[in-house]
Amino acid sequence: MNQLYYRPLSARSIANKSLTLFALILTIASTLPLAFILAYVIIKGGNNLNFSIFTTLPEPPGDDLSAGGIGNAVLGTFIVTGIAALIAIPIGIGGGVYLAEYSKRGPFCKFIRFGTNVLSCVPSIIAGVFVYGAIVSTRVISGSTFSAIAGGISLSILMIPSVIKTTDEGLKLVSDDLRKGALGVGASKFATIVQITLPSALKPIATGIILGISRAAGETAPLIFTALFSFYWSQGSQSLLEPIASLSVLIYNFALEPYEAQNELALTAALILIAIILGINIMTKIINRLIN
Amino acid sequence: MVIIFGIYCLVMTVPNGKESQFLLRSRPPSEKLIDVGFKNLAIATASMVAIVLLSIVAIVFAGALESMGKYGLHFLFTSNWNPVTNEYGAFTAIYGTILTSLASLCIAIPLGVGTAIFITENFIPQIFKNIIGIFIELLAAIPSVVLGLWAIFVMEPFLRPILNSLNHYMGWIPLFSTGASGPGVAPAILILSIMILPIITSIARDSLNQIPSRLREAAYGVGATRWHTIFNVLLPAAVSGIAGGVLLALGRAMGETMAVTMIIGNSTNFNISLLAPGNTIASMIANQFGEADGSQVSSLMYAAFVLMSLSLLVNIIAQWLVKRLSLKY
Repeated sequence: MNQLYYRPLSARSIANKSLTLFALILTIASTLPLAFILAYVIIKGGNNLNFSIFTTLPEPPGDDLSAGGIGNAVLGTFIVTGIAALIAIPIGIGGGVYLAEYSKRGPFCKFIRFGTNVLSCVPSIIAGVFVYGAIVSTRVISGSTFSAIAGGISLSILMIPSVIKTTDEGLKLVSDDLRKGALGVGASKFATIVQITLPSALKPIATGIILGISRAAGETAPLIFTALFSFYWSQGSQSLLEPIASLSVLIYNFALEPYEAQNELALTAALILIAIILGINIMTKIINRLIN
Repeated sequence: MVIIFGIYCLVMTVPNGKESQFLLRSRPPSEKLIDVGFKNLAIATASMVAIVLLSIVAIVFAGALESMGKYGLHFLFTSNWNPVTNEYGAFTAIYGTILTSLASLCIAIPLGVGTAIFITENFIPQIFKNIIGIFIELLAAIPSVVLGLWAIFVMEPFLRPILNSLNHYMGWIPLFSTGASGPGVAPAILILSIMILPIITSIARDSLNQIPSRLREAAYGVGATRWHTIFNVLLPAAVSGIAGGVLLALGRAMGETMAVTMIIGNSTNFNISLLAPGNTIASMIANQFGEADGSQVSSLMYAAFVLMSLSLLVNIIAQWLVKRLSLKY
């Protein structure tokens, strides 16, 4: 008797096939939202996309048919994200170096690891509430209330744990032979870390940081009551102490307005924001592949 | 003796003269200083994490003290939020946070795990698997405010007739007892499940990929079908990773602010119906914090403290569960 034949109509074959079909349906269902969202934002937002929106200011909601442009919001997003990166990168890399290179299995190290995990799970709105309570309402930074710096600080709170984690994991991937070799020929610990291990872990660390920055660029919740919004250009260094516009807050404010023109501007801003973020994501992937 | 000692000295001194350049040389003080300074700098930056975390807890707790003293635990179980009479109770928001996040998990888990299974098995060529993987990663990169925008302008108008017919035919169920007239809890649940889908999918995919292939080969070898293998061998082996991802997604869903704020309706009145407007802690803070003053700020801080404790709890359970459930194979 030949037992080894495939019966396509047996219960188990049918169950197998239908489950495969079910998995296919689930997969299609979970990729559809991205396609819908991208299509909608590109088609609707691309409608009134022209060069002048980058050079003009948004106009306060009113009866006008035009909502103006998003020039100051694009600039503001770069400024606030830049401030956040300036704060988060040194702190994050330092913390990551400590965890990967210096820490012994002590309570302090455990606490820092635990704290990093907890900080990465703090809801983004809480970061906003914290900066409002600690900086905006107390006017610590030379008497200013809502400011670009306060916004940058609240975004940096969200970036720090991710920079620490990528630095820690990147340094752990560096082979221990390199470390021992460098120490063996007499390099100091400082020289070993700065000249040997950090450079050889540069790629994963840089990738992680760039992705972290791109994520921060899209955050809204920490900014709505720290950086607030502004309808004017930010000029000069004094403007860092004043409220500043950003793409994400512009989208939030204008999407909820009852006026058509404001809604359309929000869609265009969404297109620009997605283009910046996905652009950074895809560029990092391509560059990574090219280096490999 | 003298001669032997002389030879000994000769033997020892001649190489010594040459070796001196290779001998251990103590580091110059400047190098030592840099070394120690760098270590202390690293420790200081690492401590920043602890400082930031503790000061977040301290600031939120200090802000909440007034409201905590006034309402106590009562705050958690009353749904009366009235800035005019200065009466605050956050039950609506707490209920909304827990309901929306758990319900969105129920939608996102089957979708995410199903997708992860589909792109780790060999159903389709590798190139398509990679494309689906990139799609999921890009979905994770889309800012939540853009998802909220899409939910307002596309998803909610599209869903409204469906939700209304749900109310029409199944209105006797309390959950569907009101009509859908715009923003509400149900669209918020859907947009949340879209947001947490990439987290569950990518973590489930990673943990399924890490299972040694000999487990699968052994299952096939004793005659299990593909789906027997998936349900009885692969999923149990990957359960710790998947559970960790699910809890991470739960934490994310509870703290998610913008998309939910834009679509949930921000009503502080308690309503059991999923089709009516509702509220979550995060959306309540985002919506009211800017214009609040006095004891409303304190009550919002109290709500923020509750949210922080909830997400901390979920996070700790997640870490414990991952350690506890990890199978040794």
